[in-house]
Amino acid sequence: MGFLSKLFNSQPAVRSLPSGSVTVSRKGAILTSTVSSTYPKPMLEEIGREVLREFQDAREAQLPMTELSLHFASLRITAREIQGGAVIFLTPRNPMGTRSQMVKKA
Amino acid sequence: MGKQSSILIVDDDADWLQVCSELLAQLPSKPEIHTAGTGTRAIARLDDQPCRLLICDLKMPKVDGLQVLAIVRKRFPDLRTVVLTGLDGDEYRSRAYALGVDMFWLKNEMQQNITMFLDCMESLLGSDAESSGFRGIQSKSLMDIIQLECMSRNSIMLQITRGPLVGRVWIREGDLIDAEVENARGEPAFQRILAWKSGTFESRPGDPGRERTITKSVNALLLESAQALDEMTNPQTEFIQRSEHQKTVVRLSLMAAEGAEFVVTSDASGKVETMGTASAESMAAWARKAVENSKKLGERLGAGPFSHVMGGGLQLRLLALPQDDNKSVLVGWPPDTAESQLLERTKKLVASWGS
Repeated sequence: MGFLSKLFNSQPAVRSLPSGSVTVSRKGAILTSTVSSTYPKPMLEEIGREVLREFQDAREAQLPMTELSLHFASLRITAREIQGGAVIFLTPRNPMGTRSQMVKKA
Repeated sequence: MGKQSSILIVDDDADWLQVCSELLAQLPSKPEIHTAGTGTRAIARLDDQPCRLLICDLKMPKVDGLQVLAIVRKRFPDLRTVVLTGLDGDEYRSRAYALGVDMFWLKNEMQQNITMFLDCMESLLGSDAESSGFRGIQSKSLMDIIQLECMSRNSIMLQITRGPLVGRVWIREGDLIDAEVENARGEPAFQRILAWKSGTFESRPGDPGRERTITKSVNALLLESAQALDEMTNPQTEFIQRSEHQKTVVRLSLMAAEGAEFVVTSDASGKVETMGTASAESMAAWARKAVENSKKLGERLGAGPFSHVMGGGLQLRLLALPQDDNKSVLVGWPPDTAESQLLERTKKLVASWGS
């Protein structure tokens, strides 16, 4: 088995995007999560820290926000501020998702 | 069945191939329809049996549409090519036209204008390779293109796209008869389109029933436009003051028309331009930082290219967009603005802002 594991790397070449919701405390610690346990926790913590930082920066810029969303080609991160912490929704997006709908329409 | 009336459709979606085949079989010239599920099969098919028209998707596994078009352009220079894709974006459009495609259609656009799509395909099938003139990569100014079309006494509609803005110019037997962009029509619309510095254009069939709104000669209009552009590139103090005043008026009216509360733009050097708010510096800094940090986060997550940041509070909604050259734009909207419209309205406002 040791020989086989040297030959075949068990790490997947492409990591799937996170899907689900996460609650983070005001210090950025993860309180609850529905994201798959196979998804690396440090990455979820990084998302939490980034969201909290953007809420904080917005407050300092006199732009108080209760909701924030970051849009990428394959992922949407939506966050709502709750008592200093935040609840974060992670929604992967399929760029070709409309194709089947178009076929149905035609 | 010969080359003159055959169409080859390439798409990795079997359902879509069937829909297109059935649709194109209705063309008056009753062309023979062939299909291919991959780019490789399409090229092999063209080697075996030449076609008159190739309709190609862009997003396909292994050999994508742009690669197919590049190969086809070299090996079958007489073949008419049309891109029919779900991928919207100036980048794809520009790259496809740079490869010499005859038309670029979005799949949803095609479904909304099926009759026009079929007319265009019929016209491409009908145009004879020997009599349709030279074809190739075009990188000309809009003025050159319009002059060429008028001198050739053509009857066409030129559709010019610059980001979310779409302008249309109608030419009938070499006379410029009408132009349209957003809410403007006639001469003002034509001058506005000519002021665009870049974009893509498509040549579509003319509309014989189109009402004439432009009576001036095309040369007079092009001369006026060239003079205006010349003044802009060789500015004098009075002209600068006048144009700055005009720019402010135009921008204020754009904001009022779209219903935006404020617009803040900033570049990498920290230069900030604002309209509608006093605390621009801190807002611009937030937008720049939010865009930069989000881009970095997206790269680490492998979430694909960053699009925008949207924020909402009790008093307003915000949308920050990255721009070319590390610029960013922050637009504030009333809190009751529908979230689903925010991106489209912001992009539209930003596209008009710089033109």
